[in-house]
Amino acid sequence: MGTVDYAVEMRDITKRFPGVIANDRVNLAVRKGSIHALLGENGAGKSTLMNVLTGLLRPDSGEIRVRGAKAALRSPAVAIALGIGMVHQHFRLVQTFTVAENITLGMPRPRFRLDMAPIEQEVARFSAEYSLAVNPRAKIWQLSVGEQQRVEIIKMLYRGVDVLIMDEPTAVLTPQEVRELFETLRRMTADGKTIIFITHKLDEVMEISDRVTVLRAGRNVFSCDTRDTNPRELASKMVGREIGRAPQRPSVAIGGPVLELHELAALGDRGITVLNGIDLDVRAGEIHGIAGVAGNGQRELAEVITGLRRAASGRVCICGKDMTNSAPRSIIEAGVSHIPEDRLGMGLAPNLDITLNAIMKRYRSGEMSRGPVMDEARARGWTGDLVERFSVKTPNLRTAVRLLSGGNSQRLLLARETSCVHKLAVAVHPTRGLDIGATEAVRSILLKERESGVGTLLISEDLEELIALCDRISVIYEGRIMGTVGRDQLDLEEIGMMMAGMATAAKGDERSEASV
Amino acid sequence: MMADSMFVSILSAAVSSGTPVLYAALGELVCERSGVLNLGVEGMMLVGAVSGFLTAVRTGSLAAGVLAAIIAGGCMGLIHAFMTITLRVNQVVSGLALTLFGTGLSGYLGKSVIGVPLSATFHQVPIPGLSSIPVIGTVLFKHDLLVYLTYIVVPFLWFYLYRTRPGLHLRSVGESPETADALGVNVFSIRYASAVAGGMLAGLGGAYLSLAYAPSWLENMTAGRGWIAVALVIFAVWDPFRAMLGAYLFGGIDALGFRMQVMGSGVSSFFLKMMPYVFTIVVLIIVTATAARRSSRAPEALGTPYERE
Amino acid sequence: MNALKLVFEKREAVSPAYKFISPLLAIVMSLVLGAIFLLASGFSPLKVYYYMWWGAFSDWYGISETLVTSIPIMLCALGVALAAKMLLWNVGAEGQFHMGACAAAWVALSMPGAPAWQVLPLMVLAGMAAGALWALLPAVPRAYLGVNEIITTLLLNYVAIYWVEYLVHGPWRDPVSLNFPLSAPFSDAARLPFLFGTRIHWGLVFALAAAALIWFVLGRTKWGYEVTVIGENPRAARYAGMNIERNIVLSMCIAGALAGLGGMAEISAIAGRMTRQLSPGYGYSAIIVAWLGKLNPWAVALVSVLFGGLLVGGYSAQVIGVTAASVNMLQGLMLFCVLATEALGRYRVRIVREVARAGKEVGVDG
Repeated sequence: MGTVDYAVEMRDITKRFPGVIANDRVNLAVRKGSIHALLGENGAGKSTLMNVLTGLLRPDSGEIRVRGAKAALRSPAVAIALGIGMVHQHFRLVQTFTVAENITLGMPRPRFRLDMAPIEQEVARFSAEYSLAVNPRAKIWQLSVGEQQRVEIIKMLYRGVDVLIMDEPTAVLTPQEVRELFETLRRMTADGKTIIFITHKLDEVMEISDRVTVLRAGRNVFSCDTRDTNPRELASKMVGREIGRAPQRPSVAIGGPVLELHELAALGDRGITVLNGIDLDVRAGEIHGIAGVAGNGQRELAEVITGLRRAASGRVCICGKDMTNSAPRSIIEAGVSHIPEDRLGMGLAPNLDITLNAIMKRYRSGEMSRGPVMDEARARGWTGDLVERFSVKTPNLRTAVRLLSGGNSQRLLLARETSCVHKLAVAVHPTRGLDIGATEAVRSILLKERESGVGTLLISEDLEELIALCDRISVIYEGRIMGTVGRDQLDLEEIGMMMAGMATAAKGDERSEASV
Repeated sequence: MMADSMFVSILSAAVSSGTPVLYAALGELVCERSGVLNLGVEGMMLVGAVSGFLTAVRTGSLAAGVLAAIIAGGCMGLIHAFMTITLRVNQVVSGLALTLFGTGLSGYLGKSVIGVPLSATFHQVPIPGLSSIPVIGTVLFKHDLLVYLTYIVVPFLWFYLYRTRPGLHLRSVGESPETADALGVNVFSIRYASAVAGGMLAGLGGAYLSLAYAPSWLENMTAGRGWIAVALVIFAVWDPFRAMLGAYLFGGIDALGFRMQVMGSGVSSFFLKMMPYVFTIVVLIIVTATAARRSSRAPEALGTPYERE
Repeated sequence: MNALKLVFEKREAVSPAYKFISPLLAIVMSLVLGAIFLLASGFSPLKVYYYMWWGAFSDWYGISETLVTSIPIMLCALGVALAAKMLLWNVGAEGQFHMGACAAAWVALSMPGAPAWQVLPLMVLAGMAAGALWALLPAVPRAYLGVNEIITTLLLNYVAIYWVEYLVHGPWRDPVSLNFPLSAPFSDAARLPFLFGTRIHWGLVFALAAAALIWFVLGRTKWGYEVTVIGENPRAARYAGMNIERNIVLSMCIAGALAGLGGMAEISAIAGRMTRQLSPGYGYSAIIVAWLGKLNPWAVALVSVLFGGLLVGGYSAQVIGVTAASVNMLQGLMLFCVLATEALGRYRVRIVREVARAGKEVGVDG
């Protein structure tokens, strides 16, 4: 023990859910005034542990101490009263309210009449003190993602939180914003506040944390001061095995363009320009990646290409044919497959069974139907074949898709999309939220597509994934392509700068010849 | 001048004709702001109208009638709240069921008082001083108490929604119940309260019809005003003052049609009766078509039951 | 410190047995609640229910009347159910019904001398076309502008009814009828024939054919598949290339056509002339029937018969003083009970031993 001041101690925390032990006798001791990193892959149990700490979940067994005293964290309100609060990955903000309104929401005072001026002043004070610049009167939907995160932090500070948990905070930030966040965190710890930093990014752990704890499969595997370890060691503890090599990339002959975008412009949901003159091309047999922080137009880009959003100006050419603003159906028939970001909301109909979902793009073809009547037996047979080939785990073909695991529903989606004849694949965040096994399966499918001559536009937030899979990477920022780099010229610094909006010597208009 | 005074009298009639719809629309507005869609307004108005009338006939007291109407509407609002918030039934169907049930119930209860006159009705109470202002005085200040009440309710609702904490919490529940819940706002009780308040206001609107506007009881006397109120809320972009404007506009069309019938304009009275409905449909189409461009939209969580996953 | 707690747990899927039981449960529940109302108004519920049962099902006359009354309900309800499969609320069946009757009446009154084989098919076409058109008016704004179809279809009901009133008070008023708002009676040729020597008419054939057709189309055809997917997840449907707008207009128009056909059948077979009192709210009952039947065409047909019996029973109960409005009330109650039983079926009640705590429990995604 000794003279160390612990802000929070979690001892032997165990939490079970039906079928899985999310936390198995986990221990975490966080020193006051430190930045403590909690490292682990998807499903390691980090979020569960933090949900316990913030009072959202009650552990099956174990003890929690706050500032040395035993605490029963019965609800988020109790946790906040004890000074423990969390900034989630998905912000909890009311889009149509102002910053100040969001910050005062749920507070007991003032009780009736709301005078925003003192609240706005308080917000400004926090902004100045911790370098969290934000306009208290701005509406949330007008703010950038980085600014919204600042609102979330101020929200916690306003409530007297001094143990702040941040859940994957840098996933949505540009490198510049990450630096600003780290500055804020350092100011906060200088002021005596404690930070718990959940992440899976090793470089950040090394840069910002004082101490790191690694979780794997619900258990503590490792805990030490950051200065006493290194990324390789952390990575292997995280994964539990030697990091596998990047997937094999056989050389493939690059063909003609399957997708060409000329000065493509489009409006977003709120009427503001979200695509600002995109020039891009994808060739047969290549994987062309789009890197960029979420919210720079990626989603809308995919939607315009696949006919789900109007292009305001510019051209979309598929295999040489101008298909700007064509209906989704014609685009599908022109040979475009689409793996959407929103699997269950767009790519699949969760309440319908596997067969009905699998035939969604095929039901019009002669092999599934005779005239207007559908051939159920054929449909089922084809689906069964598909399910087997792609190893979709399911009790039977009549199971509703919403009962499948994330990995299996993505497999089904990919199976469906890759099984029809197509020349262009548009894949948006295809491995988001999937565990290692499913992720590897998805990546190998994408590589196989490449081998069979399909041109793929891969939009992803995961730079490592893009580097592993792509022949070329373009960076999108505020609806424009900042630059394109070929595989042999990959420079993380440069890509990072482009993601932050800083154009470099490799300018946007130069298209590097894709090399084999 | 004949034309002047007819114009003024139409405007004045617009206010009184628009008042029942205004009450119902205000109730629906509050309810929808918390995220609960209430399509039972028509039934609630009818139940309010019949309860108010029955009570006023039996007790001879208008105040008792109004109170009964408010309570009756509130009870129906409570049923809707229970079905949609606790049982998480589809809000559209629950509202429709309430309308059908309320229509039947009011017909059933009102059978005994069809054609029965009220001993006391709401009289016009001109406000001293204000009512002498040319034009505006007649249009706004020569009405009965229930109309004057709206002059207080509308600004109060505006103030409540935009300048108070309970109003902030109410709006947050309609925009993002998950966020509100995470911050300790009680989503369920706010939604319950708004649904009940919506029912109460709808009942009050019905009471105005049977105790002041007509005053009498007729089966189905609301003639679709409850539905017009629902459309009005969309037109009003969920703002109380705009709802007032829309209600009076509707009242104006209604009053105009009535005047034309009385004057023998040669147009069949049935076409004139159709006017308010056609007008509402057209306005609804225009407003919905142009709303996409504006920044003000429906409460984000409207119509979706909230579940703590 | 342990405590027993009642926990409502969401089931993953409603058990199939319950799906079948719940409508029956709903009907029983509504009869019980209705009984309470009747008691409160001084009636003996058992007596009332007996009269209703007796009027509707006890003899051949009652049964035939029940079937007759079920025909317009069935046609309207099939249309409502089809539209509802795509999450479209067609509350305008009542108006589409009346417009269909109007168009059929217009054909009949314009061709007084023509033979049946000419007049009747034209009336059928006119009725369906008018109903479809009346549904097209709200369908197009809904499909292309997102205008709420509940409000527009419903308001159009009022317009349709005033239109009918205009016709029977004005241009179509029968000079012979002593100022009653009625049109001239149709010729015999314009009357839809009866079956089996009862008042059950060819409308029943139409209705059952419609049910069979809808069942087949929804379950076996490409269009039926599209309707299913659009109803389940419109975003996925659009992503898969389905034309949502066109499908919205198509289903609404078909729903309107069915209601219009109901209007044609009713006015041709039963009324025989244009009147104001064609429908005691068939279009509204249709909504309840569609929900009770869970949008399945055959179940809807069956429940329509039940509701036909309800209405007929209601007429005979008037003998002992129960008003027509009470039938409306009972229908509304029934819908409530359907909703409640459906909702309860989604939850499992468990008794759980739990360490006493207050506060919220939330699921996890990590």
